[in-house]
Amino acid sequence: MMSARRNLILEVRGLRKSFGGTEVLKGIDFAVQPQELVFIIGPSGAGKSTFLRCLNRLEEPTEGSIFVDGIDLLHPKTDINATRRRIGMVFQAFNLYPHMTALGNVTLALRKVIGLANARAEAIGIAALDRVGLKDKARAYPNELSGGQQQRVAIARAIALEPKIMLFDEPTSALDPELVGSVLAVMRDLRASGMTMVVVSHEMRFAREAAHRVVFMEDGLVCDEGPPTKIFGPDANPRARKFLAGIAR
Amino acid sequence: MDRGTLFIDTFFKPELIVRYLPDILKGMVVTIEIAVLVVVAGISLGLALTVVRSLGSRLLNVLIVVFVDVARALPPLVLILIVYFGLPNVGILLPSYAVLWLVLSLLLAAFAEEIFWAGILSVRKGQWEAARSTGLTYFQALFHVILPQAVRLTVPPLTNRTIAITKNTALGTVIGVPEILNQATTAESFSFNATPLMMGAIAYLVLFVPVVIAGRYIETRFAWRRA
Repeated sequence: MMSARRNLILEVRGLRKSFGGTEVLKGIDFAVQPQELVFIIGPSGAGKSTFLRCLNRLEEPTEGSIFVDGIDLLHPKTDINATRRRIGMVFQAFNLYPHMTALGNVTLALRKVIGLANARAEAIGIAALDRVGLKDKARAYPNELSGGQQQRVAIARAIALEPKIMLFDEPTSALDPELVGSVLAVMRDLRASGMTMVVVSHEMRFAREAAHRVVFMEDGLVCDEGPPTKIFGPDANPRARKFLAGIAR
Repeated sequence: MDRGTLFIDTFFKPELIVRYLPDILKGMVVTIEIAVLVVVAGISLGLALTVVRSLGSRLLNVLIVVFVDVARALPPLVLILIVYFGLPNVGILLPSYAVLWLVLSLLLAAFAEEIFWAGILSVRKGQWEAARSTGLTYFQALFHVILPQAVRLTVPPLTNRTIAITKNTALGTVIGVPEILNQATTAESFSFNATPLMMGAIAYLVLFVPVVIAGRYIETRFAWRRA
């Protein structure tokens, strides 16, 4: 355990989060190895998204510890902005900046957070858009792009910053079914390139095929985890089996 | 004298037009100067107040809301008279045009703050989250991501409010600011004729009709961009 821990990209211990009097996360332990793709599944209200949003402090955890690539995320002296740059996040609603082109979306943080000159930022931005297959849409505004294209631009915006880990919060839930494939294809490419990823999603087929590990969350706790063959098989925790059976119906 | 001549003599008497045109033009210059300064100061101050309000300090927010509500509730003329006749009593002597500029700027700032604030609130929360998740600081997110969208949403109401408040430069006449209406009423009292007033009205139209049209153009343009 100790030897493995040294190169964990993400290590979470005893994470709790309350909103008002309601405890949404009830003590979560979670670790991610480099280049691992971890899927988080579970019923709505299980705390999956809240958990993911704690991992870059979009939500402030109530208790516990989070280490990202060895950096103590919750330490008061940690430069949260510098650290967030290393944690890519992709949202269900894409959240592209509507007043900027695709390239503008991708280069904003390169210019403002890293401080790159425009030309350098644009070169990196174009390369990132190329990776998601949208180089030719660099000058397009978000409202000129399909949902799938918008989400791929959002992924490019994150990968341009060379994150150590990427968090996906239901990246395909807002997409029309025929557009889901293009986003999953990009995620598959990222996996192949060795990107470490934590994905909250209901794309069970993709989980089965691409995830190294699946975590089943319920009621603010990790109920079960293991390789997809385990979680989707007969040996899974009964509650996970029940949840999956309910989805399959 | 037939009716046509009577009408012309009452409202458009040629020799009076010639005699008072320079005064009215001088008034237009003063009105334009004050209006421009009011727009610049009012909108800048309004934006600054919005930024302060976004920081979420309870004390500052209470002060801002009180200022905004008082400014919006009081008739502008009341404020102008209070400042003009009140401040000298505490040893502050401001020239009349400075009083007019100050009061109208504060008024515009109050309305602009409310409008900008509503604009910021109408930008979806996901925009903040996306910006902050890439490592942008609070102010970077505010200035590069949130405000550009908020300002766009606020252009139509802000244009209307700006026109409404800059028109109030006419109130300067009661404290002797030599703007259009002041020049016109002075000329009227010398000539016992409404022609200078009509010239004043036309001067306002010449100044503000283009602004109103520009406002409508901006409004439709920005509404279209939002879709």
